[in-house]
This record gives sequence, C-alpha cells and structure tokens, in this order.
Amino acid sequence: MNRRLSLFNVTSLVIGFAFLYLPILLLVIYSFNASRLVTVWGGFSTQWYGALFRNQSLMEAAWVTLRIALLSATLATVLGTLAALALTRYGRFPGRTLFTGMVYAPMVMPEVITGLSLLLFFVAVDFDRGFWTITLAHTTLTMCFVTVVVQARLMTFDRSLEEAAMDLGAPPLRTFFSVTLPLIAPSIVAGFLLAFTLSMDDLVVASFNAGPGATTLPIKIYSQVRLGLSPEVNAASAILIGIVTLGVISATLLSKRSTLNSRRNAH
Amino acid sequence: MIERSLIRRLTSGLVPAVPYLWLGVLFLVPFLIVLKISLSDPAVAQPPYKPVFEWSDIAGFLSALDFENFALLTEDDLYFRATLSSVRIAAVSTLLLLLAGFPIAYGMARAPERYRSLLVALVILPFWTSFLIRIYAWIAILKPEGLLTQALMGIGLISEPLDILNTEIAVYIGIVYAYLPFMVLPLYATLEKMDDTLLEAALDLGSTPWRSFWTITVPLAMPGIVAGSLLCFIPAVGEFVIPDLLGGSETLMIGRQLWSEFFSNRDWPLASAVAILLLIILVMPIVIYRDVEARRVEARP
Repeated sequence: MNRRLSLFNVTSLVIGFAFLYLPILLLVIYSFNASRLVTVWGGFSTQWYGALFRNQSLMEAAWVTLRIALLSATLATVLGTLAALALTRYGRFPGRTLFTGMVYAPMVMPEVITGLSLLLFFVAVDFDRGFWTITLAHTTLTMCFVTVVVQARLMTFDRSLEEAAMDLGAPPLRTFFSVTLPLIAPSIVAGFLLAFTLSMDDLVVASFNAGPGATTLPIKIYSQVRLGLSPEVNAASAILIGIVTLGVISATLLSKRSTLNSRRNAH
Repeated sequence: MIERSLIRRLTSGLVPAVPYLWLGVLFLVPFLIVLKISLSDPAVAQPPYKPVFEWSDIAGFLSALDFENFALLTEDDLYFRATLSSVRIAAVSTLLLLLAGFPIAYGMARAPERYRSLLVALVILPFWTSFLIRIYAWIAILKPEGLLTQALMGIGLISEPLDILNTEIAVYIGIVYAYLPFMVLPLYATLEKMDDTLLEAALDLGSTPWRSFWTITVPLAMPGIVAGSLLCFIPAVGEFVIPDLLGGSETLMIGRQLWSEFFSNRDWPLASAVAILLLIILVMPIVIYRDVEARRVEARP
C-alpha cells in the first residue's frame, strides 16, 4: 500500500508532539534554574536538587509513596492477573456480568468518587487511615489496568500449547506455571509497571485515604503548588519524570519482545 | 483420586473468587456506603454523620434515612450550576480534543510503518508522567509574567501580558493537554486499519478530498471517535485537579464541589450526595462506553 505523508500530516505531527512535550521540557529545564523565580532564567544550577534531598519531610513522603507503590502494584498484579484469567478462561461463571462491570468501572470512574467511597468504607469498618488504607485503595484502583493488559495477551496467544500440555497429562496448575505463565509474563510485568506508576502518581484517591501518619509525594507537591511555584517542586518533578520515562521505555521493550516471541511461536 | 480432583476444583475456583471478593469488598460495598451516607444527616461526632449502622436496630436505622441532602442539592442552585458547567466544560473540551487529536492520529496512521510504534510510544509516554506535574508545568507557562507571555512579547505578537491563568481558557488548555493521549490512541487504532483504496476509488470517481474525508474517513473512524470522546468526557466531568490549579474561583465544577464539601466544609453526607449526583450524570456515558469497549474487544481477531 502506498501511504505518503503530506505536508499537512507532518505539520500536525510536529505541532502535536511539540504541544505534548514542550511543557514537560520547560519544567525540566527550569529545574536547573539558579533563580528562585521559576519563570525567570538566572543561570544554570543544581542547587534545587540539593535542597530537595535536604528536605526531610519531602524525602519521607517520597519513601512512603515508593513503598505504597511497590506493595499495591504487587497486590494489583496478582489480583489483576487472576481476574484476567477468570475473564478469559472461565467462560460463564455465576455473576460474570457484575464481575466485568466491577473490573472496568474503576478505570473510568471519576477519582473523587472512588476516593470518597473507599474512605467512607474504611471509616465505617473503623480502619485507621494511613499507609494501609492508601495501599488497599491503590490496589483496587490499579488492578483493573493490570487485568486489561494481561487479558489482551491471554486472548491473543495460542491456546493449543495449553491443550497440548493437558493432553500430555499435566495437571492444570502445572500447565499454568510451566506453559501459560512464561507466555504471559511480559504482559504481567508491563501491568505491574503501569500499576506502579499510577500509584506513584495518584493525588485524589490518596488524599481521601491519607491519615496523619502517611503523606504521599503527590499530596505534598499539591499542597506546595497551591501556595505557588517552587523550584524544589520542579526538581522533584524532573526526577519523577526521569523514573517514569525509564519505566515506560522498559515496559515498551518488554512488550515488544513478547510480540516477537509470540510471532516466533506462531510459526 | 477423588480427593485430588476436589483440591483441583477448589484451587481453580479460587481464580475468579479472589479478585471477585476483593472488588466486592473494596468497590461494591464502599459504593453502597456512599449511597447510605448520602441519605444520612451530618453530625458533630466521629464519624461525622448519623445514624451509624447497628445490627440490633435496623428499623431505627432505616427510619432515620431521608432525602434531605438531595433536597438541599436542588434548593441551592450552586449544585445545579456546577453540574451544568461541568458538563459544558467537559463537552467543549471533548470537542477541542477531537479537533486537536484527529490530525495527530491521522498523521500517525499515515506515517511509514516502521515509525508507527515509536509514535504510539511517544503519545503514551507523557500520559504516564504525573498528571499533577503536567498540570503544574502549565502554571509557569500561563502565568501573567510567565513563559507564554515572554515568548509572545519576544516575537512582538502582543504588547501586554496575557492573563489566562485562573480562567476557563486555562482549564480547557489543561484538559486538552492532559487527555490528548486518551483521544489520539483510539482514533489511531481505527484510522490505522482503514483501507486506503477506498479513498483512492473515491478520488478516481471525482470526489474532492474534503468530501471523501466526510463520507469515508469519518464514518469509518466512528468507533474510535465515540470511544475517544467518552474516554475524555467521562473523567473530565468529574475533574478536580485541573480546575483547582488552573481555573479561577468562579470555575465551577462538580468534582471540585465534592472536594470542598468534604475537605473544607466537612459535610460528609452532602459530599456523598454530590458523588451520587455525579454518578447519575455519568451512568449513561459509562454504560455506552462499556458497550462500545465490549464490542471492540469481541471484534478483535
């Protein structure tokens, strides 16, 4: 097929990507600004990164955020993978419609509703707000994203491999661990990384469920941003952008390898 | 042998049961609690609402529930205006997103195949960077003495500082910026599959490019247009961060109202009633979206 890019296509791509990337780029550039005024360039300096690492409460919040993200992403990966298996391998089980609804709803539900409803639940069962409530809330919020990623993989791969293993007498659990799991592993890792970044990023759900003991980085950043621009926030943002960029690049490479593998398997 | 197959059935039964139970407890039950508290009265206590559920007094509990909070929502026209303005802002933003996203998705679909996955990754990348940070970046740009003003004054396009921050225009810019990947990706997915020979045939038969765009490209891209629009419209209605950081104090949005009822006024029952109101507005779009998604997933080869 002969597809050619017209001038209009190129222009819209250039403008589109400039619009997407310029604000982030400016933010990172101005994190190296020597001036305290965020929008006035006063020479190159890494002083805000130093100030950031000396800011005890910000570093503490970063550590809490990281622990919550690791824990909730791990839980979400297990639950999301189970849900994906249930949706692709279990046909019609009782309550399937409700189940699909519950899996997809948190993805489009406004975060204020998810956050408020979980908080009211924790208050009703008398669960102290803090580290664990945010972790449970993030697990619930992110597991559906894992489900969608793993489900897409489960639907495209060759079922005959599983059937062959079963025909040769492998019990279902063994078949799962030695055939299915290695095949869907890249999508599970990709799902984990998505859950992790979503948790690191979330402000609204965490704000509702945070307690006096646990403040996350987005909550900290938000309260500083409301007071005005701060070069320290720029520096913190630049570091977060760096982490996420690395995460997304590795997730992309992993999923690329998995499609290559599945193509190889198909031949 | 019987014992082993029993264990097998039990372990395989756990696969749907565990996530089912999790979502039931942490998604469905919280929802019912919101519904219940929206029918309760605020109280100066911990938790700040009454009645509190007691198994021993179910009748008393039920009789204490009423629709007072919802009556309050209809009495004070603040909520009516906030609802209207949320839907309006979300609808205008969705339209702007469609106008901005279509040329980008179209350009991506026509790019040489070896660049396409890179372009997709480039669209996704900013979407995974912190939402809060991406909105924060715009404050420095849109401020009266900010980077946009500096740039435009530098090339002599304007002589006075632009005052966009804390207006509705800034909210539109923020929503379009933050949600652009949600619009571009579904559009790209449908446009990429489009058969170019249809356009060639139309051109050969004497149709103008403009006309073939409206009679061929747009109808074929319809599933992507619907999915992308809903994917942007639904969360935009309940948006909190963007109107709070970029909008002015007069930018009314229902998500922001819920937040302030909860955090500033500490009126949990009223906040719950606002959540139910928001959900009622969004039920239709969410159901349509689920339907479109289910059909899309099934249609996949």
